[in-house]
Amino acid sequence: MMQDLAMHMLEILMNSIGAGAEKVVLSIRDSAADNRIDMRVEDNGCGMSEEMVRKVTDPFTTSRKTRKVGLGVAFMKGLTEQCGGSFDIKSVLGEGTVVSASVQRDHIDLPPMGDIGEMIMYAIQANENTDLELYYTTDNDRFVFSSSEVRQQLEGISLVEPDVLLWIKEYINEGITHAKEGVE
Amino acid sequence: MKSLEDLKKMREEALRKVEMREGGKDYRVVVGMATCGIAAGARPVLNKLVEETAEKNYNCVVTQTGCIGMCVYEPIVEVFGNDGSHTTYVHVDPEKAVKILEEHIGKGHVVEEYTVDAVRAQ
Ligand SMILES: Nc1ncnc2c1ncn2[C@@H]1O[C@H](COP(=O)(O)OP(=O)(O)OP(=O)(O)O)[C@@H](O)[C@H]1O
Ligand SMILES: [Mg+2]
Repeated sequence: MMQDLAMHMLEILMNSIGAGAEKVVLSIRDSAADNRIDMRVEDNGCGMSEEMVRKVTDPFTTSRKTRKVGLGVAFMKGLTEQCGGSFDIKSVLGEGTVVSASVQRDHIDLPPMGDIGEMIMYAIQANENTDLELYYTTDNDRFVFSSSEVRQQLEGISLVEPDVLLWIKEYINEGITHAKEGVE
Repeated sequence: MKSLEDLKKMREEALRKVEMREGGKDYRVVVGMATCGIAAGARPVLNKLVEETAEKNYNCVVTQTGCIGMCVYEPIVEVFGNDGSHTTYVHVDPEKAVKILEEHIGKGHVVEEYTVDAVRAQ
C-alpha cells in the first residue's frame, strides 16, 4: 500500500501538521557508508500522553472519528521491523513529538526512497502556514530546505500558488540529487 | 540549477496574475490524501490538478487534506467556492480532474456526473 519511504514520511508529517505544530523538522540521513537510512520528524505540536504514546504504535489506536484504525505510525514501525531497523517515539503533552525511524539501506524489502520533493509539496498543501524544514544528509553533503525562507522571499504570495509548489518540488529534488552526487 | 533567487521572479509573475484576476482565488480544490486516498490513486490526481492549474492559470488553489471520511469513494476531490458552494467529486482520476478544472473552475459548471450524489444515485 505504501510504495515508498516518502509516503511513509508523509504520514508522519501529516500527523505533526494535524497536531497543530507551528514547526516541523524532517531530517533524513542517507548513509551508504553506514548502510542506514535514518528518518526523524520533530514537531512542536500538541504532543501525546505517555499512554497515548504506548498505544499509538498499536494499529487499533486513533483519535480520529471518521475511521476507526490509525495506520500511519503502525506502518512506519512495521517497515522498520521488516527492514532491520529501529523505531522510537518521544512525546511530551503540550510540547511536541519526535518520531525516529531507521532502516538498513540495502535491505531487500526496503521500498525506494520515492519523491521527497513531491512529499514536501503535499505537506505544504496540507497547511501552508506550518514551517517545514528538511535536512537531507548524505555521506559527503547536506541539502537544507526551509519553507519559511521561501515564504519570506515570496513576500505575501502564497506557498500554495501552483507555480510555487512545482518550483519547491523541483528545487528540493535538484538539491537532493546534488547532495547524492559522487556518493555511489 | 534552481536557486532562491528564482522566487523573486515568481513573486512578480504571481502578482501579475493576481492583478489580472482582480483579487483572491474564487475556488479552493481539496484532495483527500489519507492512506486510503493515496492507495486509491489520489497522488496522480493531486499532481495533475497542480500542474494543470499552474499551466492554465485556473482561478483556484489546490490543497490536500487527510481523511474526508468516505474511503470507498476515494480518490475524492472537493471544490469550495468563495460564494460558500461546496461540491464533492468521487472516484476522481487524472482525466476527470482535468475536466473538473475545465468545467467547474473554468466555466462555473458543476460536473454533475462525477459528484457523490450522482454516484450514490446509481
Ligand atoms: N506528532 C504527533 N503529535 C500528536 N499526536 C500524534 C502525533 N502522531 C500521532 N499522533 C496521535 O496518534 C494517533 C495515531 O496516528 P496514526 O498516524 O497512526 O493514525 P491516524 O493519524 O489517526 O490515522 P491515519 O491512518 O490516517 O494516519 C493520531 O490520531 C494522533 O492522535
Ligand atoms: Mg496519521
